[in-house]
Amino acid sequence: MTADSRTQQAEVATPTPRTHRRLRFVVVLLVLLVALVVTCVASISSGQYQLSPSDLVGVLLRGIGIDTPWAPDATADDGVISSIRLPRLVLGLLVGAALAVSGVLMQAIFGNPLADAGVVGVSSGAALGAAASITLGLASFGVWTTPVFAFLGGLTAVLAVYLLSRSGGRTEVVTLLLTGIAINAIAGAGMAFLTFLGTTSTREQIVFWQLGSLNGALWSHSALVAPLVALGIVVALVVAPSLDLFALGERTARHLGVNVELLRIVVIVTVAVLVCAAVAFAGIIGFAGLVVPHLMRMLIGPAHRPLVIVSAVGGALLLALADLVARTAVPLADLPIGMITALVGGPFFLWLLVRTRRRSGGWA
Amino acid sequence: MTRLAASGIDVTVGAGRTILDSVSIDVDAGEVHALVGPNGAGKSTLFGVLAGDITPASGAVELDGQPVDDIRPQLLARQRAVLLQENTVTFPFTAEQVVRMGRAPWARTPAADADDEAVASAMAATEVLALADRSVTSLSGGERARVALARVLAQATDVLLLDEPTAALDLKHHEDVMRLIRTQAEAGAAVAIVLHDLNAALAHADRVTLLSSGRVAATGTPAEVLTAARIEEVYGQPVDVFPHPSTGVPLVVARR
Repeated sequence: MTADSRTQQAEVATPTPRTHRRLRFVVVLLVLLVALVVTCVASISSGQYQLSPSDLVGVLLRGIGIDTPWAPDATADDGVISSIRLPRLVLGLLVGAALAVSGVLMQAIFGNPLADAGVVGVSSGAALGAAASITLGLASFGVWTTPVFAFLGGLTAVLAVYLLSRSGGRTEVVTLLLTGIAINAIAGAGMAFLTFLGTTSTREQIVFWQLGSLNGALWSHSALVAPLVALGIVVALVVAPSLDLFALGERTARHLGVNVELLRIVVIVTVAVLVCAAVAFAGIIGFAGLVVPHLMRMLIGPAHRPLVIVSAVGGALLLALADLVARTAVPLADLPIGMITALVGGPFFLWLLVRTRRRSGGWA
Repeated sequence: MTRLAASGIDVTVGAGRTILDSVSIDVDAGEVHALVGPNGAGKSTLFGVLAGDITPASGAVELDGQPVDDIRPQLLARQRAVLLQENTVTFPFTAEQVVRMGRAPWARTPAADADDEAVASAMAATEVLALADRSVTSLSGGERARVALARVLAQATDVLLLDEPTAALDLKHHEDVMRLIRTQAEAGAAVAIVLHDLNAALAHADRVTLLSSGRVAATGTPAEVLTAARIEEVYGQPVDVFPHPSTGVPLVVARR
């Protein structure tokens, strides 16, 4: 508390706070982008089949039709990179950005910094939808079948949480978490039923969803997910100024000209789109939507437009790092990425809980 | 000239419990109109109806002759500003960012050019410039209340609805804020303000509407409405009302 007020006092001395904030945003964004590029290069070149950085450049250049002396002779390199590591990396980046931006949106409309797709059960809902489409052998929407069912499951879950847990435009921590437990339990029951119904191979897929993994990612997955993530981020950027006003409470936001009912619907549907994009092919990857927006808010402040941008990049970075660890931490094993993010996110979540409780003097 | 008018307002909740019973009130340009009454008299509900948050079972609220329900939120926000009692901010925005949110209704209009000036003068008027870079979540209740008032002033509307803007303030800031509100009215604003402090109503309001159990007990000038007999009848507490020795403004003191 004292440390907080001391830093704030230091900031008062800053002559031009707005330029200061903008500069901070640019610096944070650049650092994240550099870290992201470094992580991507490391991720593509490491694994069971090691590549030196120059090999990597050669292979990438050959991929776009430029022959250089750096490229190793074996065409196996090209295969490893272009059909295994790259699609996996790209899907991870998309999923990370989607989860982080969905976290920003949920925290804004719930008025609660602990809202996250995994915690409140939106991811479980989406995973249940996706699993249902597989187990029941549905193909009503062609290649879009799994994303569509994931969307419907996620939308149902986020609507349920939203309608059940809010009062007076805000959501208490306890109510939100308890609602999340209930939604997760219901989705869990559905999953159990589908596991019971399914064949050995669909069972395996369901388990894979619950753990969360980027293993087996294909270019076609990214092609389906990318437009959804792009749409979600664009909508988030458009509604960002209204989300700032939402922080003043729903009534005050309305008094400042926000069409609250419309904003709510748009944000809830966008959350469902982003979460379905994240879950459809990668399963439940927890806590990214919680950790990333928080860290970014600490770095650049709570204004939502810059927050959406750095959170998207930060989320992509987090998943790229987590996937690198998942692939390389144990030789010859591919750990579930959901396990890695939960290992980081779980303790972070506990710390946030303790802090929130201390600040509001109880379970407010 | 009447800016904001509510007529025949009925509000009921649940199984027909009446909160407001054919209440009418109007607020003119250039006046401070105080809403007073005991706890549970329906002040906050009437305030919510005037602000457009509560839809009455019957009756109409009109701003410049137009039903408020028919005005788009953004256009309404350019005509009237609302200060609620509850001013919690969810995320650690700085005081300056919060005040700037008052300019949101003017985004993409020519008036947006005056944003910086409006923010600075509102913060100067409420003495929160020194808090500009502090996060509102770290401010005291009184500081937060003044930041919220600055946000409302930055909105630069000439109809103001204020729900107990002085509740969390110390003596000096209480007087400063009431004077500031008077200045707004003298510049032509129509101000509706919920007050608990009857002396503040007597000293600063042009008109007073006294609510009692969901009905208007009296409306008129403060001295007409807030007589000892009526206060005792409505509040159930004997009081003395006597003129201030030097200014002659009536003072209300509970009889102990």
